[in-house]
Amino acid sequence: MNWLTNLNETRRSLKERLVGLVAPKEVPDNLWHKCPGCGHMIFHRDLEKALNVCQHCGHHMRLSVKKRLGMLFDDGQFQRIELPKVPDDPLKFKDQKRYSDRLKDTRSKTGEVDAIVVAHGRMGGMNVVAACFNFDFQGGSMGIAVGEGIVAAAELAVLQDAPLIVIPASGGARMQEGILSLMQMARTTVAVDKVKEKRLPYIVLLTDPTTGGVSASFAMLGDIAIAEPGAVIGFAGARVIESTIREKLPEGFQKAEYLLEHGMVDMVVPRRDLRATMIRILSLLKNRGAAGDLVALPIDTPDSADQD
Amino acid sequence: MHILEFEKPIAELEGKIEELRHLSDAGDVNIADEVSKLQAKVDKLLRSTYAKLTPWQKTQVARHPERPHALAYISTLIEDFTPLAGDRAFAEDQAIIGGLGRFRGRSVMVIGHEKGHDTESRLKHNFGMAKPEGYRKARRLMEMADHFQVPILTLVDTAGAYPGVDAEARGQAEAIARSIETCLDVRVPLISVIIGEGGSGGAIALATGNTVLMLEHAIYSVISPEGCASILWRSAENAKDAAEQLRLTAQDLHKLNIIDSVVPEPMGGAHRNTDLMMQTLSMAVESALRDLGGVEGGVLRARRREKFLEMGRAGLS
Repeated sequence: MNWLTNLNETRRSLKERLVGLVAPKEVPDNLWHKCPGCGHMIFHRDLEKALNVCQHCGHHMRLSVKKRLGMLFDDGQFQRIELPKVPDDPLKFKDQKRYSDRLKDTRSKTGEVDAIVVAHGRMGGMNVVAACFNFDFQGGSMGIAVGEGIVAAAELAVLQDAPLIVIPASGGARMQEGILSLMQMARTTVAVDKVKEKRLPYIVLLTDPTTGGVSASFAMLGDIAIAEPGAVIGFAGARVIESTIREKLPEGFQKAEYLLEHGMVDMVVPRRDLRATMIRILSLLKNRGAAGDLVALPIDTPDSADQD
Repeated sequence: MHILEFEKPIAELEGKIEELRHLSDAGDVNIADEVSKLQAKVDKLLRSTYAKLTPWQKTQVARHPERPHALAYISTLIEDFTPLAGDRAFAEDQAIIGGLGRFRGRSVMVIGHEKGHDTESRLKHNFGMAKPEGYRKARRLMEMADHFQVPILTLVDTAGAYPGVDAEARGQAEAIARSIETCLDVRVPLISVIIGEGGSGGAIALATGNTVLMLEHAIYSVISPEGCASILWRSAENAKDAAEQLRLTAQDLHKLNIIDSVVPEPMGGAHRNTDLMMQTLSMAVESALRDLGGVEGGVLRARRREKFLEMGRAGLS
């Protein structure tokens, strides 16, 4: 199967097909993607195979929650957890549009209730709980529902005696829930601390973008912080900083590699290596303290005994 | 005194009184009656204006340049204040001040954002906008208080954490996250008071107390009204609308169970009668400390954590 046969499947008129052959830019969006990094056109099958990473320049594009979780768990198998219902639009917020209408729109567009999905499954045979942000849902912003998701994920991890992996992709707090959004910073901090208190590993996979109130709470509190290449990670938005200091920002500012250089994350890992890396870390943390085989120690020489 | 836009009618009346006094000084016209009548009018107007301030007007009051800031409260309420400096890693950040002192006889650790009151002090304190080293110092001092079993008093007054290249390079997000984590972890009484502006993450970093008090005309919000307006209305001109929608007043936050109580301000705001403000806050803090006195450290910690874990989940519909 190549892209020609795929084109045939779309059953469009011959004329359209010909146009498609000579000018790939005009075929529907879902067949060809333009890489935001290098501008190359990438065929959708190739992009999918590469987990939304450009084969030309390595640019990591956003990944849907489904694909993200599928890529991490063994055989792509995981179970979603139904999250407790929380009040919608508690402040009855209205800007140019009602928040309740915005919510309704996003829900029908995404088919999701809010910006977080919690799932559990196995990674390398180990039980793992994961909470993954959906950036398509109002920029992955954190309101009560997202806070509830993190709390539920943390509680499930404790209940299952399983590690917790959180994967933020969020612009920060959800403004339309006002102070209640701000409080989610404290709330999620307590939640992930409960996992840590049980000495269960808490891994954060920072994806593009992780900023604002999300970065300044649970996202920066991981035992292990892994970032995806090129992901924007920081507290203040680049535009806010630019308007404060009135100068151009340095090259690569707030990118994953910049954070690594500044000591803010443990590693930057390409998407294709994420699963293996996480499984390795989890197994290293899991097998701590287990008895190994006895190894005969070298016989003490009088010299080394003196040194004590 | 700096006059806010909505205070102009009050200022005009006060100006008239001043004029009359000047006249009476010059001649021997008896204007006592007229002055007291005018003064009554001023009081009435001040009271009625401040009784129904809009959220946007409260934002102005909370940011009033003459409003008492953290150092003013510390110098009045805290004896033997001994400032402690530095995060032991990079620098001393004067946007957050902290140290040991005595509040009504007992040792306390006081930590607060300081905005400064004139150009020189504003620059020194970076307008109350802390960098990571400020939050790391706060964390260090909270851990010290925990170690020595000394209650913590935080005074929150910031437009927000400093948005700058250097702050980001040194991990602003991580510093705030750790500060929140430490606030929620200590086993000593932690009282937080929002004294002016509670701006977003930079504010909550010091504000997750066992008891959270808020002055009557202070504000506390996830984002500034201007910032919110420029994102959601695409124009900072709509700041007034954003202030209405954000529910950032002490009265709203009390209704939402985000804060424990509202500390009344003198008529016309804290800046009009600083002495009275100090006395009122002193009593409020004393009563909060008393309520937490004798509670075991582990219980204090557990209650604080439970309170914030529940926030937003219950009591709303």
